[in-house]
Amino acid sequence: MVTATAFNSTLNQLAGASLTMDLTLSDKERAFQAQVRAFIAERLPAHIKRKVEDSLQLVKEDYVSWQKILYERGWMAPNWPKQYGGTGWTPIERYLFEEELALGSTPRIIPFGVAMVGPVIIEFGSEAQKQRFLPRILSSEDLWCQGYSEPGAGSDLASLTTRARRDGEHYIVNGAKTWTTMAHYADWIFCLVRTDSAAKKQEGISFLLIDMHSPGVSVRPIRTFDGAEEINEVYFDDVSVPAENLVGEENKGWTYAKFLLGHERTGIAGVARSKKQLARVKELAARELCDGKPLLEEQRFREKIAAVEIELMALEYTNLRIVCAEQAGETMAAESSILKFRGTELQQAITELLLEVIGYYAHPNVPQAIAQGWNEEPIGPAYAASIAPLYFNWRKTSIYGGTNEIQKNIIAKMVLGL
Amino acid sequence: MDFTFTLEQKLLKENVERFIANEYTFDKRRAWAHSELGFSREHWTRFAELGWLGIDVTEEHGGLGGSAVEQAILMEAFGRGLVVEPYLTTAVLGTALLHHGGSIQQKQTLLPAIAAGESLIAFGFAESQSRYHLADVTTIARKDGDGFVLNGTKSVVFNAAGADTIVVSTRTGGASRDDHGISLFLIERQTPGLALREYATVDGGRAAELLLNDARVGADAVLGNIDNALPVIERVIDAGIVAVCAEAVGIMAALCQATLDYLKTRQQFGRPIGEFQVLQHRMVDMYVACELSRSMAYMAAVKLDDAEATERRRAVSAAKVQIGRAGRFIGQQAVQLHGAMGMTDELAVGHYFKRLTMIESTFGDADYHLQRFANSE
Repeated sequence: MVTATAFNSTLNQLAGASLTMDLTLSDKERAFQAQVRAFIAERLPAHIKRKVEDSLQLVKEDYVSWQKILYERGWMAPNWPKQYGGTGWTPIERYLFEEELALGSTPRIIPFGVAMVGPVIIEFGSEAQKQRFLPRILSSEDLWCQGYSEPGAGSDLASLTTRARRDGEHYIVNGAKTWTTMAHYADWIFCLVRTDSAAKKQEGISFLLIDMHSPGVSVRPIRTFDGAEEINEVYFDDVSVPAENLVGEENKGWTYAKFLLGHERTGIAGVARSKKQLARVKELAARELCDGKPLLEEQRFREKIAAVEIELMALEYTNLRIVCAEQAGETMAAESSILKFRGTELQQAITELLLEVIGYYAHPNVPQAIAQGWNEEPIGPAYAASIAPLYFNWRKTSIYGGTNEIQKNIIAKMVLGL
Repeated sequence: MDFTFTLEQKLLKENVERFIANEYTFDKRRAWAHSELGFSREHWTRFAELGWLGIDVTEEHGGLGGSAVEQAILMEAFGRGLVVEPYLTTAVLGTALLHHGGSIQQKQTLLPAIAAGESLIAFGFAESQSRYHLADVTTIARKDGDGFVLNGTKSVVFNAAGADTIVVSTRTGGASRDDHGISLFLIERQTPGLALREYATVDGGRAAELLLNDARVGADAVLGNIDNALPVIERVIDAGIVAVCAEAVGIMAALCQATLDYLKTRQQFGRPIGEFQVLQHRMVDMYVACELSRSMAYMAAVKLDDAEATERRRAVSAAKVQIGRAGRFIGQQAVQLHGAMGMTDELAVGHYFKRLTMIESTFGDADYHLQRFANSE
């Protein structure tokens, strides 16, 4: 007989945590939520809101102008310690903040600076690096991108071959990074580079910050099959990087990279954005007809929506368990892997529902209709134009940030001890 | 907002888990399940002494006045132990029936007896044609003088033979699937005209077909309002769903643990089979399904007490859908990953799987609750 001695899971220990179970917000939390909601309603520019609501293409200025609005309010980096410009919020307040950002149809915050390299610099960077980089991340003066994947190093990231050779007070970098989201917008790239070819592959890697405007850096866009141009190849041809741009110690980069992957990613599931999209599924299904009545009244389709909604609830309350445990001062291994793989599966399931809702009007390929400044008569319902591109584009989510298969490897190793 | 346990709840959890781990071994459980009574009277007395039978009984009636969350904590541990004592029928459904339908007199008579372990309750709410539809009631209660005369058959009444009092849903008006016209009656086990055909269930429990043939009860046997019992029945069954969802989580966690242990120890091709990625990913899927189910079970437990009717209904049905699907997946895969050993009667795995499977078809399966969820906005 299996006994009650812990099935060795972190979430399981979580079920044995503290205080009273209450799924309603306290007065203080409600007031906080109202304050964030009012701010977004007042400050989010209408044209940006509309683009987000209708899944239209956002340009750099859309992201940056919204980030600057948050920056002015002091809300750009809730995940940072207060001394570096964080907000001092509790985990639950941070969760509520992210929820309001999603429900208020704001652009996603570009993660590479504030969510990724920022925490690494705070944890492992020198004082000079903190002074130099953190304020410019907060203010969006510098936009960042992530130099991890290479043509020959995807899921097997540690086999990367971009080389940094020490030459006096500089590193000379040669190689190529790929699938680099927003490299064409970025001022800086944080890169994993090989500094010791003789060592075991994880042990010869360093974490280097490289100015994208340096001589020898070139960017080539990669077009994805949905029509988007978000990702790029980045080439380094004898790029000279000051040695002071090395984060932490040479050859310890793999440790920092792992820290980055597991750090503060309770928002990674994207539950609130998925709830918002699911509401859109219902709204559009109420407008589309099937056998002369709204598609939403068709029982089979209702139940398809319900099935996804229930799976989303399960993820939402798991996310809340994790946030509340964090609030109670507990940390967990691999929780971001669970949230990432389930979160992206559901995001994709919702884009499938959207695609099904619009039926034939998935067919017209009118890229102008989702770009800035299109004023012509739509083909079919106006809401249809963005949906097929969204569905195709969203296949990326189970691939980026470590494929979902890699996330399962991480859970198997870190949580289950396999 | 706080989705974690209180100190008291943690203590309760530790106590019940210790009891299951130390005293409720698989071999003993098998013996109790095969005994004439089908469970252990000694345990039942212990449960009463520990206050477990009175979680859903107010302090004025000798209980603890606890919440569905504490019941869920117990049920989760009972799932790990595959507990055969009739806790669900008496201390969840029985108490809920009295709370939501009982008169002051009925509460005063029965609740203290339940909390003290002196009274067992069963609830007959299903019929052979009804499937999971609670308003599909054809058993008739006809007014006769001061009292009522009952005729009909109730299906698969869990723990009926051991019960002192059986509650049945009957039709006192309306057509057979009308919401209106349903009434509940408390019937003493020895009432003339009440006959039971008892049998063992595949998960080690007991149930009976209940036959009512001119069974006569007094006016004081009516539980709640005549003709308007459906909302009470629905509320009581929702409490039962929360309890079996928590039980299922305990079973799923036990199956995940057993399977994980097996993957780490079973050697094939010269290494533990847990080194094969296809099995690692399967195990991760099982583990995540279990944790998602745990979140839903406790969410539903909180909302059972706190939420208004529509939100409660949606929360409970959502949990039952999640747990039905996860339970089937985890149960099947636990057997699969144990290979032929998983097929043996000797191992607990198959017994967990059987109970999970029966939970799926108790109080409505995933399809039924998906429909209820989809149509209750």
